[in-house]
Amino acid sequence: MPIDDTDRRILRQLLAEPAMATADLAERAGVTTATCWRRLERLREGGVIRGAQAVIDWRALGWEVEVSLRFTLDKTHPRAFDEFLAAAREVPEVLEIQTFLGQTDVRLNVIARDMAHWQEIYRARILTLPHIQDTEALMLISTIKDSAELPL
Amino acid sequence: MIALDDTDRAILRALEADATLSAGALGRRLGLSQPACWRRIRRLEEAGVIAGRRLVLDHAALGFGVTVFLGVKLATKGRVSLEDFERAVTAIPEVQVVQHVLGLFDYRIKVRARDIADFERVLRRRIMTLPGLGQVEANVLLSEERLPGPLG
Repeated sequence: MPIDDTDRRILRQLLAEPAMATADLAERAGVTTATCWRRLERLREGGVIRGAQAVIDWRALGWEVEVSLRFTLDKTHPRAFDEFLAAAREVPEVLEIQTFLGQTDVRLNVIARDMAHWQEIYRARILTLPHIQDTEALMLISTIKDSAELPL
Repeated sequence: MIALDDTDRAILRALEADATLSAGALGRRLGLSQPACWRRIRRLEEAGVIAGRRLVLDHAALGFGVTVFLGVKLATKGRVSLEDFERAVTAIPEVQVVQHVLGLFDYRIKVRARDIADFERVLRRRIMTLPGLGQVEANVLLSEERLPGPLG
């Protein structure tokens, strides 16, 4: 689907503030509300905008620990990825699953209520996942930047 | 920290899947009146549990076909070098996420680029020139999925 400068202007504003009302978005992008609405509809129909999700702040719900776990899988097993991913989806504390090309095969973003709870999840739910060859944990201290903006 | 009941959890699950649902539509699904549902959403927003909204985009359709996660280690540490590094890295338009972490690396960085050649440009001109930069590891993202989290 071709995207022109007007689409890009609208998307830039929308990415900066995804909850903005169409009228405000139109004003910032310098188009009429009707145009803005039509353009957004077209971007949705064309599959460029696939949807919107609410972002939950798990800390506000008492989940204090967030860990990025990197895994190397045993790739001699042909179903290593599929079986690992299927099992990881069953762990409720896993928020994100990413697969990579590089030294890391898979990354899981896992939350826990506190360090004791983390240890419990790590031992009982994570280390028991299939086909793990090696794993490494990065504990989140703080998020310095988290933006969806793109240099469009 | 606020306490959630089953209805709150159902609201969060539904909005994580589709943040564009109106209070009326969501209320009908859960057997709540529009005002009752609206009040619950409002309470979750005020408590910071719903922290915002995230667009789900087809990045490839927007011309950003490559996502790379970098693990970065600083060569020198200390308060000043952290601040210099953070200021410089957050200013790079292709950098969407910067997280300070504890473990094998000091920072996790998410970079969106048009293609591998564009990523190489960002890496050489913007990343490798960052103040205090030490070791860098790159992993190219192949797939990404988000899960609802422990709302069951």
